[in-house]
Amino acid sequence: MLADALIILVKVVLTLTWTLLLALFLTWVERKESAVMQDRIGANRASVFGLRLFGLFQPFADAIKMLFKEDFAPTFAQRALHWLAPALSFFFVGVTMIAVPFGDPIRLFGRTIPLQVVDLNAAVLFVLAMLSLGIYGILVGGWASSNRFALIGSLRGAAQLVSYEVALGLSLVGLVMVFPSLSLARIVEFQGGLLFGVLPKWGVFLQPLGFAVFFIAGMAGTKRVPFDMPEGESEIIGFYTEYGGLKFGLFMFTDFLEVIVLSALATTMFFGGWQVPWLGDAGFVFPWGGRAAMAPWAVTVLRVLSFNLKVLFFCWLQILTRWTYPRFRYDQVMDLGWKVLVPLGVVNVLATGLILAAR
Amino acid sequence: MIKAWRVLTEIGRGAWITARHFFVNMTFHTLRLVGVKTKRRGAVTIQYPEVRKELSPRHRSLHRIRPRADGRPSCVACMLCVAVCPSECIIVEAAEDPDPEIQKRPAKFVVDLNRCCFCGLCVEACPVDAIRMDTGEIRLAATDRSGLEISLDKP
Repeated sequence: MLADALIILVKVVLTLTWTLLLALFLTWVERKESAVMQDRIGANRASVFGLRLFGLFQPFADAIKMLFKEDFAPTFAQRALHWLAPALSFFFVGVTMIAVPFGDPIRLFGRTIPLQVVDLNAAVLFVLAMLSLGIYGILVGGWASSNRFALIGSLRGAAQLVSYEVALGLSLVGLVMVFPSLSLARIVEFQGGLLFGVLPKWGVFLQPLGFAVFFIAGMAGTKRVPFDMPEGESEIIGFYTEYGGLKFGLFMFTDFLEVIVLSALATTMFFGGWQVPWLGDAGFVFPWGGRAAMAPWAVTVLRVLSFNLKVLFFCWLQILTRWTYPRFRYDQVMDLGWKVLVPLGVVNVLATGLILAAR
Repeated sequence: MIKAWRVLTEIGRGAWITARHFFVNMTFHTLRLVGVKTKRRGAVTIQYPEVRKELSPRHRSLHRIRPRADGRPSCVACMLCVAVCPSECIIVEAAEDPDPEIQKRPAKFVVDLNRCCFCGLCVEACPVDAIRMDTGEIRLAATDRSGLEISLDKP
């Protein structure tokens, strides 16, 4: 009993550390990647004892700066809610990671430990619910600021997120039809098989349209640049206008957490999660006949590594998207959501159903 | 349908351009990191305080008074620069020079950089080519205004 509780605690701490550290360094990655894309160098001045490491200490410098800023709330704001909003925003995104499996179950001291904080049997619904609840952070933040621009920004954000929730949910219906489970661990296990004897049976090969809809709707959910209706940091005034210091930092951090969560979910549901192509429990079995036996620990390491690499790839892809495309207009956002993604999601569900029925 | 296809190809082209920049630049950064010298660099950035961009020879930077062979300023306090200065930022007080060939020397030669517009007219007006703007010093900043009133007659 105690051991079980301890294992859960360790897993929670590890997951949280992994997520937060990745989000912290994603701020650095974003600055560097955008710089390299634009033929610049990017943040490289933060140093500890003259050690620069390509500016890798920049996130810590930013964090320290934000920690020491004045904790300011405008006099006309509703203080308690003003305080609560960033925490809400942050919590609901951060808690999503507990449903994501990081690797296959490992065996230690006669126990089987799934590398996942909790194996929820309705994890897909839980994830969607938590991503939807994140809207409250925006709404409360805009409302509690008692600032008309912030309120309008938060309403824009709520409208956008609610619209894209529909497409996000629809895109996963097809996936759940193909892999008949709502548990993320089961979905990943289903993706271990082979398609036509060659391709790994990943969600993206079975549900290409579903993946496209999911990823675009998910990116709209992260509220980052092509879809940054709620904040519009460069021109329009957004929902965290009245925030500063660490509370503002928490809102910014939430965006990066959402990038990671979306990457982790896309990896888990459409790109095989921790599955390495053709890697079984005993080693590689290639479809062209070769095989390479591997120790169980090596298999586990490879699988965890594979999950991390896929997540990093999707983070990279999202940052690339963020620095490539200009912002949608408000009506374009709504058009894309309701007139393109939702119909495509419905088509995907219908096509999947027809194919499954005809099979 | 055709419009959707064109939109998609444009989206793809945009991502291709930025991704190409990313990978090409990363290749050159990595080559530099492992010590391979390449003609092209991964970034166009000049790391300013350590690396300085070479200024044009015609660049007008902080003023200086050309010294004579014995180190005294070569200015003869003719006041032409004061007269021509559109910003009225040059303050010169003349004094008698012990050398009768020179007759006058500046007792005070102050350029007020708060007002100077770096037009270079003083350089063109000087009959003895005493004032020049070729120091290459462009880091002109001070914590108060008096710090920008620069005396040029004392070395």
